[in-house]
Amino acid sequence: MSDDLYDDHILDHYESPYHRGHLDMPTIVHEDENPLCGDQVRLELLIENDRVREAWFDGHGCAISQAAASILMKEIEGKTLEELRAFQAKDMLDKLKIRLTASRQKCGLLSFKILKTMIYTLDERKGQGDGSDGA
Amino acid sequence: MSHVALESVFDVTAIRRDFPILDKPLPNGLPLVYLDNGATAQKPRQVIEKLVECYENYNANVHRGIHALGDRVTTELEEAREKVRTLIGADEVEEIIFTSGTTMSINLVADAWGRKFLQPGDELLLNEMEHHANLVPWQQIAHERGAVLRFIPLTADGRLDLSALDDVLTDRTKLVAVTGLSNVLGTINPIGEIAAKAHARGSLVLVDGAQSVPHGYVDVNCPQIDFLAFSGHKLYGPTGIGVLYGRRRLLEQMDPFLCGGNMIRRVRKESSDFADLPSKFEAGTLPVAQAIGLGAAIDYVQGIGFDAIAAHERQLTERAFRQLNEIPGLKIVGPGVSERGSIVSFTVEGVHPHDMAELLDRRGVAVRAGHHCTMPLHEWLQVTATTRASFAFYNTLAEVDALCEAIQYARKVFRLK
Ligand SMILES: Cc1ncc(COP(=O)(O)O)c(C=O)c1O
Repeated sequence: MSDDLYDDHILDHYESPYHRGHLDMPTIVHEDENPLCGDQVRLELLIENDRVREAWFDGHGCAISQAAASILMKEIEGKTLEELRAFQAKDMLDKLKIRLTASRQKCGLLSFKILKTMIYTLDERKGQGDGSDGA
Repeated sequence: MSHVALESVFDVTAIRRDFPILDKPLPNGLPLVYLDNGATAQKPRQVIEKLVECYENYNANVHRGIHALGDRVTTELEEAREKVRTLIGADEVEEIIFTSGTTMSINLVADAWGRKFLQPGDELLLNEMEHHANLVPWQQIAHERGAVLRFIPLTADGRLDLSALDDVLTDRTKLVAVTGLSNVLGTINPIGEIAAKAHARGSLVLVDGAQSVPHGYVDVNCPQIDFLAFSGHKLYGPTGIGVLYGRRRLLEQMDPFLCGGNMIRRVRKESSDFADLPSKFEAGTLPVAQAIGLGAAIDYVQGIGFDAIAAHERQLTERAFRQLNEIPGLKIVGPGVSERGSIVSFTVEGVHPHDMAELLDRRGVAVRAGHHCTMPLHEWLQVTATTRASFAFYNTLAEVDALCEAIQYARKVFRLK
């Protein structure tokens, strides 16, 4: 854990983000913002066989929110939905490798929060498709 | 050269000694450079001591207890009200309503005046630089009453475009709500010209004085305005106390806002008669110590004098303008230095305002970043956020330099050339 918020890891992702852009045919898209700062992130995932084939993001905001999105995209490609269900906020904060104050955690966790919403949505869709109650 | 002269008349060092917080080192050991005065101002010892005096010596509820403490606290509170009256040049002390702050003051008018007097099709004249506190209450009451919101357009440099005033001000305009000083752009609005035109059309004028009252003379009779709202905490006083000034005739016509104790004359089972001004609008227990503390803050500020305050703050703002403009990629929003108060908001290419504020904080420089409760204005500016430095009379020219150095440091962290 670094006490230096703006270390090379964060700044490299901020300046040269991984998969900033859009997918032609995303399986699911979701966006959200952090009203406090106006950070905005949109995630697009291509899911095949319950596995993330590609993950892209777009958005604007502070370095923390944008670098976190880039780090998350890199992290989740190739992962199964089962693995993403197990991925917790703490794991996300660990991936950032910096210590965030409570107010900046909102920036660092914005894309994580969006990912979690996407997974709930996918699970709901699946539940409806099966005709089961999704329990 | 005038710098030297003014600095020597105006003894910042002595003034800073009145503010205990200003020489307390931050957790990281650095001295505090407090440039977030637009959000809330620091409190002088005189205000803090007044609060302690009140709680230690005559704490009681006002206008109630028939006992020595009740007498004393009521006298102190009414003295504070009289100090507010003098500060803003109101004719009568009954026209001074204590509220919890600017937000409540404006909501009081929107509710108690709007609900009674707004008819479908009536117009309220606003503009995009208003704080949400002087926008959202009007949206709500307009929606409820079927009234229409109109907006004075802004000029490219962030002033009200008065050349358009005759188009947006109509015979249906019932009230113009305008800020005396923009909390983001720093623009000082020409209240006199607006009020004259508004009154000629039969419209009322409400001024949001949250930012303007702490930094210059405000006189509700010159130019004439009908309502003035401001907060104690931005005027070096306590939080939780604010003021609504309203013309007696209007306040008397309006129905009560909050209802309960203190605002009644006679309560029967099915209906009630209401108290005279100002109690009619002061339901429940007031923030008593805070109101008395506000009185102490007014004494303090008037002791320094608004001429001296304005002159010193002008120096700070001019220096900030000059130096900030030399920083590559930095853009100040709002008008030139001659048309603004001591607020300077800016963007720096390559560093998001939140990152900027965080990095300035590491250098001990406290500023605000975000939309500053003015989302429509930021939409107009086409940026999601800005960084704002807002100066008070206790700030020094060296603190302006510290701000600029800290911005350069932030640019370096972000690997900008
Ligand atoms: C112009 C303006 N109006 C209204 C307010 C709201 O003041 P308060 O939060 O004290 O009610 C503020 C404070 O930020 C302000 O700057």
